[in-house]
Amino acid sequence: MQLKAENLACSRGGREVFAGLNFRLSGGEALVVTGRNGAGKSSLLRMIAGLVHIAGGRLALDGGESDASIGEQSHYVGHQDSVKPSLTVGENLKFWARYLRAIESTIDPALQAVDLAPLADLPAAYLSAGQRRRLSIARLVAVPRPLWLLDEPTSALDVPSQNRLADLMRSHLAGGGMIVAAAHGPIGLESARELKIGPA
Amino acid sequence: MSAFTALVVRDIRLSVRVGGGALMGALFFLIVVTMMPFALGPDLALLARIGPAILWLGALLASLLALDRLFATDHDDGSLDLLMMGRMPLELAVAAKAIAHWLTTALPLIVITPVLGLMLNVELRAMGTVALTLLAGTPALTFIGLIGAALSVALRRGGLLLAVLVLPLTIPVLIFGVAAANAAIVGPAPFGPPFTILCALSLASLVLGPVAAAAALRHGLE
Repeated sequence: MQLKAENLACSRGGREVFAGLNFRLSGGEALVVTGRNGAGKSSLLRMIAGLVHIAGGRLALDGGESDASIGEQSHYVGHQDSVKPSLTVGENLKFWARYLRAIESTIDPALQAVDLAPLADLPAAYLSAGQRRRLSIARLVAVPRPLWLLDEPTSALDVPSQNRLADLMRSHLAGGGMIVAAAHGPIGLESARELKIGPA
Repeated sequence: MSAFTALVVRDIRLSVRVGGGALMGALFFLIVVTMMPFALGPDLALLARIGPAILWLGALLASLLALDRLFATDHDDGSLDLLMMGRMPLELAVAAKAIAHWLTTALPLIVITPVLGLMLNVELRAMGTVALTLLAGTPALTFIGLIGAALSVALRRGGLLLAVLVLPLTIPVLIFGVAAANAAIVGPAPFGPPFTILCALSLASLVLGPVAAAAALRHGLE
């Protein structure tokens, strides 16, 4: 499986954000996108997820399911956590597991993976920012998808949680998965390549 | 549980929990219809004559109430992004949200309609028929409103714009809804033709609404 970007261009609000971007990412590899504020890191991730129009160039996922878009084969963790405050932690995760995979699935292992199992029955309104982010990450474990798109995944996470996330990412890569992460600092993956976009 | 039912169940759950706003539509409807006799005075014949129009206008305005939140909350917390990344076509996801919205706002309103006959000097049997016209017509209101909700999702304070966009499109529903209700209460025009057209309007918007709303959401992508 390979994610290919050829001569990719992005424009937001009529302004060119980046152009001529090329990269290749194979199964088991991680790419860390770096760059200044406004360089287009988040836009690139949203573009891969199918949430921002591709202004130019080509983006393809070779070896994936032919009848599914790239967005349908990837997970996106953005700045917002997609957590409903009036649902419990378990209900939130259960909904996304059902919606994204359309089958009944157990969510307990996923909650354990992010250390939220004891809070499963708590309304998500009472979660801290870091706990909400962890709940958002639990989705990646509950529903297997080959490509993870993580926008500053370590923000709001404490050190043990960052380590746990790094473990999850490593096991995802070991299973042949791919990760594209936007970050300002290290995300705990030694093997990750760096893609710098925008002016230095 | 399929993705479709999962989404319907989630939205119903969200609206019946704290801050969800289920029953707000029904309460608003109740207040509007209750205020009318006070404004118009105790002319029983007049009330019976314009009763259907009041009920239909009340239902129309009540259905607009929570509409601007239909996609706005999902947009604000990032859920809309994930809904678009699901395997289910966006048209179906949008339809699921509309169905949940109809069940939590329009259905309670229809249930209390027969009781409101007391306020408008309409006998119970005729009010049952009015409730039937609402049952047939409110899906059209919800699914037409769906288009406006999708169009206004990315705009801050899209509520007013939503009303301006949606209300003109609901005029046919209003005309045939009131015509059918009037036929049931005062006659002498037959009830069948306007009621059939009302059903047709609902069925048509059931098909067109989700397609148009999904297109609007996709277009809203930057």
